[in-house]
Amino acid sequence: MIEIKKLSKQADNKFILRGIDLRVNKGETVAVLGPNGAGKSTLLKVLATLIKPTAGHVLMNGLDLRKNHIEIKKVIGYLPHSSLLYDHYSPLENLVFFGNIYGVNNVEQRAVNLVKEVGLSFFLNEPVKNFSRGMIQRIAIARAIIHEPEVLLLDEPHTGLDQGAISILNNVILSMKEKGTTTLMVTHDFKQAAEICDRIIIVKNGKIVDDFRIETRNQGFVSEKYELQVEGVS
Amino acid sequence: MNLFRTALFLAKKDLYSELKTKQILTTQIIFAGLVIVVFSFAFDPANNTTKAVIPGVIWVIIVFAGILGLNRSFISEQRNDTMQGLLVAPMESASIYLGKFLANFTMMLIVELVSIPFLFLLFDFKFLGSLPYFILVVFLGSFGFIAIGTFLAALAANSKSSEMLLPLLLFPITTPILIGVVQATRIILTNMEKLASAIAWIQLVTAYDVIFFVVCFLLIDYVLEV
Ligand SMILES: Nc1ncnc2c1ncn2[C@@H]1O[C@H](COP(=O)(O)OP(=O)(O)OP(=O)(O)O)[C@@H](O)[C@H]1O
Ligand SMILES: [Mg+2]
Repeated sequence: MIEIKKLSKQADNKFILRGIDLRVNKGETVAVLGPNGAGKSTLLKVLATLIKPTAGHVLMNGLDLRKNHIEIKKVIGYLPHSSLLYDHYSPLENLVFFGNIYGVNNVEQRAVNLVKEVGLSFFLNEPVKNFSRGMIQRIAIARAIIHEPEVLLLDEPHTGLDQGAISILNNVILSMKEKGTTTLMVTHDFKQAAEICDRIIIVKNGKIVDDFRIETRNQGFVSEKYELQVEGVS
Repeated sequence: MNLFRTALFLAKKDLYSELKTKQILTTQIIFAGLVIVVFSFAFDPANNTTKAVIPGVIWVIIVFAGILGLNRSFISEQRNDTMQGLLVAPMESASIYLGKFLANFTMMLIVELVSIPFLFLLFDFKFLGSLPYFILVVFLGSFGFIAIGTFLAALAANSKSSEMLLPLLLFPITTPILIGVVQATRIILTNMEKLASAIAWIQLVTAYDVIFFVVCFLLIDYVLEV
């Protein structure tokens, strides 16, 4: 589904990503772990076509990221650190706007359902600028999945969410996985990573230093592996 | 066509958000009003030579009110990184350009629709020239100015000092348009006998508009990529 070959990214004479090779199969849920500044967000940005790699190739669904970017953008749902929402707009207006530019059918109904799903029906028509951090994150998640993407790129999706919202998000990811969605999730939360992901990648200094599957939902196993790799990093 | 459909959604989004906040349009119209009032005090409207400043005042309003709007048009997409939201969406960069252009152009037309009649009223100006030609010139001039301005605003938005950079880039490139439309406006408003020369200016401006619109359309890909 996603194939990354010798991907590197250079900015200001400094390599942020140095030779990433990765294959992710359809329907896999992969957690990307690593210390601050390791290059995790940069990797997602390259996959979301926001920045161009310095070298290497990315294939998605067999299509080259450089040549077929419109086709690829249609299947990607991207949730970065910032919310990508318009402040003066209500959740409904935001979702309808983004749904429209993705060409979603019956967009209004879909938007209302999504807002309901993330538990904010009561605030359907309030402007987003008055929302709390967690509420914004909930709407941002709804925005990322408005077009039922086949590939989900989530950058620390759990930040700011309360327990209820975390289980909503996990259920969304799991139910989309059942429909065949591939998920790449950057996170610092080992508990969530162990709970919903079936594969873990550890990134350090722009390289993949570990890549393993987890069958048992064992958080201790993940942190053990993580400490082994990241210990003593400056 | 998909390109136009998404562009229309974008323009609608910008205009609707302007309808909610009324930030830009209010500043533009207040600015236009101030210019008109100041000029009407500086030049005695009763004096006949005063009519000669009217073409100048019209284009001063369009240029400066236009810059006020253009400056905001891409900067407003930086809050919450909504520009990234547009860039990851499945559309050509040209759609973003076209959408922003349509929104800016509509706002410019609204400012003109309010301020030019107000100007004529305060200067007690009897319209003797050809109204269709006058409207055509204002339309063509604003079109070219906003088309180039939207492109340069996109270019300048990535810079830290974009509010200064935009006028700096805009003036040299739009000068030919401005010279052409000021001349044409002057002839149409005050001296209809020389209509032939006004038409020559109009043709020049039209050619300039078309060339730059196409060039901006083709080059926007390189400007918007991060
Ligand atoms: N545009 C840029 N120009 C120069 N350096 C950059 C740029 N963007 C990111 N970097 C650098 O690249 C490195 C990786 O950044 P990135 O945001 O990918 O880290 P991250 O793994 O997501 O970290 P965190 O866990 O804190 O989110 C950092 O050292 C950062 O300073
Ligand atoms: Mg990050």
